[in-house]
Amino acid sequence: MSNVAYQVMWNRLISVVEEQAQALVRTAFSTSVREAGDLSAGVYNAQGLMLAQAVTGTPGHVNAMADAVPHFIRRIGADNIKEGDVYITNDPWEGTGHLHDITVVSPSFHNGNHVGFFACTAHVVDIGGRGFGADAASVYEEGLYIPIMKFADQGRVDETLIRIVRGNVREPDQVVGDIYALATCNDIGHRRLAEMMREFGLDDLGGIGDFILENSRRATLERIAALPRETARGGMTIDGFDRPIDLRVELTIQADHITCDFTGTSGLDKKGINVPLVYTKAYACYALKCAIAPEIPNNAASLAPFVVTAPVDSIVNAVHPAPVALRHIIGHMIPDTVYDALDQILPATVPAEGAGCLCNFQVSLRPAPGHKGRRSEVLTFNSGGAGARPSVDGLNATAFPSGVMTMPIEATEHTGPVIIWRKELRPDSGGAGQYRGGLGQFMEVGPAQGHECDFSAMFDRVHHPARGRQGGDDGAPTTIAQDDGTLMQGKGKQFIPAGRRVMLALPGGAGYGPAGLRDPGLIKRDLARGYISAQAAMRDYGLTQADVDAVAASVARGETA
Amino acid sequence: MQNHIRMGVDIGGTFTDVVLEVGSNQVSTKVLTTYTAPEDAIIDGLHQVCGKAGVSPADISQIIHGTTLATNALIERRGAKTALITTEGFRDVIEMRTESRFEQYDLNLQLPEPLLPRQHRFTLSERVDAQGNVLIALNAADIAALADHIAPYGFDSIAIGLIHAYLNNAHERMIRDVLAEKLPGVMISLSSEVSPQMREYERFNTTVANAYIKPLMKSYLGRLKGRLADEGSACPIFLMHSGGGIISLESAAEFPVRLVESGPAGGAVFAADIAARYKLDKVLSFDMGGTTAKICLIKDQTPRTARVFEVARTYRFKKGSGMPISIPVIDMVEIGAGGGSIAHVDAMRQIRVGPESAGSEPGPACYGRGGERPAVTDADLILGKLDPDNFAGGSIQLHADAAARALETLGAPLAMDAQTAAYGLTEVVDENMANAARVHAVENGEDLADYTMIAFGGAAPLHAGRLCEKLGVKRLLVPTGAGVGSAIGFLRAPFSFEATRSVYMKLSNFAPDPVKALLAGLEAEATGFVRTCAATAAIHSEYKVYMRYTGQGWEIPIYLTAAQAADPDAARFQQLFEADYTTLFGRTVAGMDIEITVWAVNATTEAAKPQTLAVTPVGPAATPQATRQLFDPALGEMAQAAVVARGSFDAGQTVDGPALITEDETTIIIPTSRTAIARPDGTIDITQVAP
Repeated sequence: MSNVAYQVMWNRLISVVEEQAQALVRTAFSTSVREAGDLSAGVYNAQGLMLAQAVTGTPGHVNAMADAVPHFIRRIGADNIKEGDVYITNDPWEGTGHLHDITVVSPSFHNGNHVGFFACTAHVVDIGGRGFGADAASVYEEGLYIPIMKFADQGRVDETLIRIVRGNVREPDQVVGDIYALATCNDIGHRRLAEMMREFGLDDLGGIGDFILENSRRATLERIAALPRETARGGMTIDGFDRPIDLRVELTIQADHITCDFTGTSGLDKKGINVPLVYTKAYACYALKCAIAPEIPNNAASLAPFVVTAPVDSIVNAVHPAPVALRHIIGHMIPDTVYDALDQILPATVPAEGAGCLCNFQVSLRPAPGHKGRRSEVLTFNSGGAGARPSVDGLNATAFPSGVMTMPIEATEHTGPVIIWRKELRPDSGGAGQYRGGLGQFMEVGPAQGHECDFSAMFDRVHHPARGRQGGDDGAPTTIAQDDGTLMQGKGKQFIPAGRRVMLALPGGAGYGPAGLRDPGLIKRDLARGYISAQAAMRDYGLTQADVDAVAASVARGETA
Repeated sequence: MQNHIRMGVDIGGTFTDVVLEVGSNQVSTKVLTTYTAPEDAIIDGLHQVCGKAGVSPADISQIIHGTTLATNALIERRGAKTALITTEGFRDVIEMRTESRFEQYDLNLQLPEPLLPRQHRFTLSERVDAQGNVLIALNAADIAALADHIAPYGFDSIAIGLIHAYLNNAHERMIRDVLAEKLPGVMISLSSEVSPQMREYERFNTTVANAYIKPLMKSYLGRLKGRLADEGSACPIFLMHSGGGIISLESAAEFPVRLVESGPAGGAVFAADIAARYKLDKVLSFDMGGTTAKICLIKDQTPRTARVFEVARTYRFKKGSGMPISIPVIDMVEIGAGGGSIAHVDAMRQIRVGPESAGSEPGPACYGRGGERPAVTDADLILGKLDPDNFAGGSIQLHADAAARALETLGAPLAMDAQTAAYGLTEVVDENMANAARVHAVENGEDLADYTMIAFGGAAPLHAGRLCEKLGVKRLLVPTGAGVGSAIGFLRAPFSFEATRSVYMKLSNFAPDPVKALLAGLEAEATGFVRTCAATAAIHSEYKVYMRYTGQGWEIPIYLTAAQAADPDAARFQQLFEADYTTLFGRTVAGMDIEITVWAVNATTEAAKPQTLAVTPVGPAATPQATRQLFDPALGEMAQAAVVARGSFDAGQTVDGPALITEDETTIIIPTSRTAIARPDGTIDITQVAP
């Protein structure tokens, strides 16, 4: 095979896994998958090494997916892998970190020979147990556990498994529909792979696999070799469930790898915010790749030089049977923690702290006593503000580090009797600075008429807002209460009676550099747009009353400066 | 009609193409687009083609116009001073987008600014729920107060987009009525009329885009009509829309967002007409110019349509970096691959091509105008596909030495010489286009193996042959007039309008009578629009419903016959859905309810009758004018290729690959695996030789 042919095939594989991911979006049932893209898809060689991963998807699944397939090979047994098989699991430690992620792996056969695997992961809307939330004391309470097993044995779907799933989850149609969608998307990937192998006359993926892995390894190592060989320590304290959590990391850049050790981080929590190491690895690795080697695609070789360790029973290396349903909260805080250390080695590279974790909530709706109505599980993903960057403002209400999208509120309201009354930017929530932190958002949500609900909160940064960098100010913290003033907790399941609304102010990102250095034109623009109030413009940025009046007058004339 | 004279006009980014059709004769011209007053180029072109054809502008009975002006106004942000009025609590929908980053690994990513800044977005207290019921009634006094508040802003145009207005638009209409009274002269666009679809971001953005370009387009279309009348052409003027049909000038002025991508839509219609002439049911149209390539599936001589697309991508053509427009549109993929696309070697030592383009200044290295980086055209030259002395009819001398230097630089880190680097470059760009075509086919559940490709646009004939090899496409047609394909396409398009409505209905809850009424209502609406263009022509309707398993978010379009629409039946709907679902995704999902979300009726006049193709005479093999060394990528080596001039390649003559058929605008490459025959209409018909 010529170098040119291998270049073409590598492009093709990346296109194949993208098709695989798109097929999943188009056939999935849960809004988390079809609207928000909480999924991942990839292709592997016969040894289980990941060769390519779809761009569509979210970083949390990256390393986890890369590690998952070898677990499947080991559990199923190499001799037991047959054409037409489809394997499944939601094991948090051998999949992607919590029971709500279902991973499906399908072996790929070409001319009767086993040549590789397709794998995909998606977040389903319910998996039974206590429901999606932080409240469980162990993984046993978090829902149905599906060990690595065959979903389809040589094409025959395991109807017993389907019945067990149906009997254990609150939204059986959506969950079973999503499992089928996962299997379907692997099939689509396989069809395309087979076409490619026919076209290039390949018998196996050995040659192209070596080409991809070798080039990726070399490119990644070149990037690492160019960095200063230093060690730095970083940390961040966040809310936790009912006690603060300290995240601590020591980052060391070696000649041919980078180590990221979380010794010193808090121990396990009693509630379901603990993180399996595989998920910690995913986000630590993501943070480093963004800063060091952003354009190198994810595969086994490009991920290998990032070595992530943490003591067993620290909150970032929870082992069975610790509760882990909301592992994303702390997982999404890992990049800011890593950047606290990396900023000392690579100045002017990483952003200030941001909202970090997605600001998600799940609503379990039911008819209020004495009313008719419907039961429904509604999950939404929402974002606070991202941290300001060394030369640009932070992104408003945009997920970082997560790669998911929000759901359209019109789509959300079709899934159950819930009303999203408000979803818009939150002025003054971005930390002031030469570069301003991204704005958070306001949301108001309540059950539709005649319904009540349990509101499962998954928020952080209530007590520990994003911290500014290089003299920038902190972002605004999260606030949560009911519309009658009833206080609510940042995490956990809380009852919302009929007629009430939950009032959320989602956190802002922090600023970068001193506010005094901000371009006056940008300050006035922010004021005109209402990103900052007149008070903040005067207090944080030193505008005079006359400046403020001039901006207001300009806006009233319809001008856009 | 005996002396039916029609003119097609396509305003593109660089050229304005004008085609005049007198009976079965065509004359055409290309005039530089005049940005400040686009009608000037049209008038210029009008006189040129009239002169060539020996007719007077007054003899023209119909003008069909498509334009990139609407698209460009959105890309360049040259729209009117526009406001959005929306539901309280949702002021920032068009700014918050999907709350995600379209490029996950770029720490300094910037998202595109919304079309309207925040201070031009206003809210009113009101709310409709997901069933269309009013939760908070709208108060007329609030609207009046808002109108007074914004009066001094001096808006030219106002978009109104309310939550769930696609289900119940009473509040949107109420706002329009009050504004019409309080702010006379301000143009209004309602989301429930511009794009009555679920998903607030797409709907609001489409409505805002419509409002934003409405004053500009309305004024341009008014001026154009006046200028043409002044020149003696007082005939009716119609506009090509993005869905591939024609609407009246008045409808276009009301819904100018429907003109976005009308030029490429014309190209697809052009290909569809060739497909009809050759009686081909499965066609892949391939249009490759200087900066981008567009690929479209044409089934049963009708281009596929979609309901959402993205314009104004800001970040290397990356999906998600533009803005969504949800209107009926010809479904095509556009990628940054053209003759000017520039190549580089990335960190993985992979050759990457595009989307950055050398444009016409400095142009590819071989133009000798100071460009030093290797472009697709440089590689085409080094591989022998282009004659350096006869490029663009000899008007541009190409410099092989400059191209070779640029390619040597590209190949150096890979230890490749100029020729191997050129081979790598063209293979990568051809693979990029092939991948786009494959993904597009998969999304539509199609297998390209039994498709025919129709290629047009300056760079397409150089790459189409290789693309066919990569895609397993056995037949390729290169028609004449390919340089002004879109404008010719306008003359082939039917009058059409698609009316759509979002109404959710589960098959378990299927109510035949309301369905009948709904489809009849849509048919009346769509037919009404078409009737304004074609007072007497026969109009026929196409019925389409979008279906999915209840709980899914993405629908697949199911086509109904007139009989199925007149007598709707749940079991039949289910059968149609399951068949198409299986084709697309391999298996159905057992035990799930199925629902219909969107209903659409497309009313259309008959498409122009395709020209009948004369029988191809049995001709001899063409005598080559010369031979030339041509690189064949499938073989990976240079081969001796015959050179034939298209002008002397008569109907029935054949030439076997490797060969080049040259003409002023381009060169058609016949790979070793293919043979070509000239058809009586001038089309070059290229087929695979049995291996």
